[in-house]
Amino acid sequence: MNNATLAIKDPIVEVKDLRFYYGASEALHNVNIAFPRRQVTALIGPSGCGKSTFLRCLNRMNDLVDGSRVVGSIRLNGTDIHSSAMDVIELRRRVGMVFQKSNPFPKSIYENVIYGLRIAGVKDRAFLDETVEKSLKGAALWDEVKDRLHDSALGFSGGQMQRLCIARAIAVNPEVILMDEPCSALDPKSTARVEELIGELRKDFTIIIVTHNMQQAARVSDYTAFLYEGLLIEYGLTDKIFMKPKNKQTEDYITGRFG
Amino acid sequence: MSRKFWREGEPLVWGTAAALTVTLLIAATLVIVVLVNGLGVFWPAPVASATLAGGSRVMGEIVRSEPVPGGDGERLQFKIGNRDLYGLDFRWIDASAIASLDRPRDALVLERQEHGNFYGTLLDVSGPTAAGLDGDPASRLATLRKITERRQAEIDEVGDELSDLNARIVGLTTKRRELLHNGALPDAPALQELQGQAAALRAVYEEDLARQEQMFADLQEYTATVADASGTEKVIPLAAIVRAYRPNAMTWVEKVLFYLSKLKELLLGEPRESNTEGGLFPAIFGTVMLIFLMTLVTFPLGVMAAVYLREYAREGMVVRLVRIAVNNLAGIPSIVYGIFGLAFFIYGIGASIDQVFFSERLPTPTFGTGGILWASLTLALLTVPVVIVATEEALGAIPAGVREGSLALGATKFQTLTRTLLPMASPGIMTGLILAMARAAGEVAPLMITGVVKLAPALPLDGQFPFLHLDRKFMHLGFHIYDIAFQSPNAEAARPMVFVTTLLLVLIVLGMSSVAIVLRNRMKKRYTYGTF
Repeated sequence: MNNATLAIKDPIVEVKDLRFYYGASEALHNVNIAFPRRQVTALIGPSGCGKSTFLRCLNRMNDLVDGSRVVGSIRLNGTDIHSSAMDVIELRRRVGMVFQKSNPFPKSIYENVIYGLRIAGVKDRAFLDETVEKSLKGAALWDEVKDRLHDSALGFSGGQMQRLCIARAIAVNPEVILMDEPCSALDPKSTARVEELIGELRKDFTIIIVTHNMQQAARVSDYTAFLYEGLLIEYGLTDKIFMKPKNKQTEDYITGRFG
Repeated sequence: MSRKFWREGEPLVWGTAAALTVTLLIAATLVIVVLVNGLGVFWPAPVASATLAGGSRVMGEIVRSEPVPGGDGERLQFKIGNRDLYGLDFRWIDASAIASLDRPRDALVLERQEHGNFYGTLLDVSGPTAAGLDGDPASRLATLRKITERRQAEIDEVGDELSDLNARIVGLTTKRRELLHNGALPDAPALQELQGQAAALRAVYEEDLARQEQMFADLQEYTATVADASGTEKVIPLAAIVRAYRPNAMTWVEKVLFYLSKLKELLLGEPRESNTEGGLFPAIFGTVMLIFLMTLVTFPLGVMAAVYLREYAREGMVVRLVRIAVNNLAGIPSIVYGIFGLAFFIYGIGASIDQVFFSERLPTPTFGTGGILWASLTLALLTVPVVIVATEEALGAIPAGVREGSLALGATKFQTLTRTLLPMASPGIMTGLILAMARAAGEVAPLMITGVVKLAPALPLDGQFPFLHLDRKFMHLGFHIYDIAFQSPNAEAARPMVFVTTLLLVLIVLGMSSVAIVLRNRMKKRYTYGTF
């Protein structure tokens, strides 16, 4: 099983012996993985393999699930995210998340982007304006919406709304951005734009992306991890995983024999 | 063929359509009956004068006609008025007994403060300043009525002064009782001074009262001499006349103006004649204020309870039980709430408040008796389940993604709730509030034992310190309907007012709901999640 381990120098997130329980059933079995800084890592695997559960452990979104329990350690820049030194609010500010279904708030574009700053109590108008512009540019949305920043965010296309959610995530300047199948509800054209965006974002952020789409994983990621039934089966450079998978199950999944 | 008929559910389609039609028809009938009967009440009806076969004459409004029970032909119901002369306002006359029927142009209707309408003809007017007047009696009547109205206004002014003085004297008396209650001796200087002040005020009061009585006696000297259909003469003081008009001689424009003046009286005036005539202002005011106070309580209470239940309480046996209990609360008969309000609010809390804060007024209760506060709290209790259920459903209908999106940005649960979830749930919450308001507006039973009265001496909100008198009893349109329809000594005369009051209550509920619906739609536009 330990063929999955991969030595990463100076990892930003380091997961050790992670077990995750929904009530009595164990959904993740002893996962060990380290994520490299300013790289895109894709998590692939068939439905129900625990990719999303794993992703949600990284910003403790699973805390919201009744009866869930985490064993093992997850370190963000060396600090255990479950330790008292790390507040969950602080963690979520440092580890942003983009969801499968775009979920803008029923507010203006402007208010959506600065939501994270507002709840953190930032009031400096000039700084907020600057952040909105920077984030929307970062999410390649600025040119499309700069004239209607104060319009409701709900009147946009799916792709635009998803990019707005990305802008919202990067506005608080997180260290890591988690993406949970960000393109699964988008048409091919919007998907291409988001993928392009991910390529841009990796210059500044560490990105961990869950995807069902093998081609997408191959296109956007530097590293790929394959999970199957709660186990990390194989983890390595994307090129290697897709060209020469060491594990039979990985190969079967990638070549489409199951999943 | 017939198999296809059944397979396509044809009978069911017809059944559903029929069910809807029946429902609509019933609702429409109700609305039309109320509209037809309510809107026409104030239109000046023509006055008919009938000469009967025996030679006697009858004058009045023809209210309706119906076949003679157990006989032939028709019979007409006349509103003959003149209750002081005949004892009854209405009379049935067989059409066959009427020799001739006409509408004399000089037929006069006097709307009076007491004894209902007078139908007859004007003979003469007299009064201290009438000597120099000339012209026909009708124009002299109009001139003198202007004078008496002005004098009446002066008398009312003195009356206001009197009630002001009275309030001050009562205040002094209360203060005195307070001092005595707190152990002051009857001959203490403070008490002596209070007594002196009260005596001075009482002297002014007596003086004003005498002045008012003199003014009133002077006013009584202005009179009109009128004769009824059979020629019986009657002298009526002008002060007792509210309106004098000749419906048969009125032009269309005059009738419209008359209608508007009656409508104005209805909306802004005080009731007369044991509530069967005059205005409904105190009842309108009481109804609106009651619902407003109820909303002030039920809205925050219901929303907060629902938020806890949905967002903070851990799902489990207890929460499920609470939810079932809340849902069933809505099914408890309202009179039970009324009794609870009486026992808990009035005899429990109200009596305790009296013990602590108003002990000097005991045994006269202040809050320990029915009042608008207790009635609105009782209604709030009655409607809070509606708000809770609506709020819970609205919160539950918000996509999980929004909640997660907010939390994932580092928002606390509380921030998520106040900044995102509650605004998004607001249209649903408003719907609940509309339902609650509509339910509260229609309730009468619990009010009857928690503070509604047939005739309230003062409004719960007025110019007297402390302006808002939550302990006061109040009038209510719903109770008004019950009261004049079933408790009135003169049910036939009260009939038009029943319809008017019903119409008004329906309009008020409609008005308040419309405002809430407009608000809700605005929120919906702002906060509803677009699908893509």
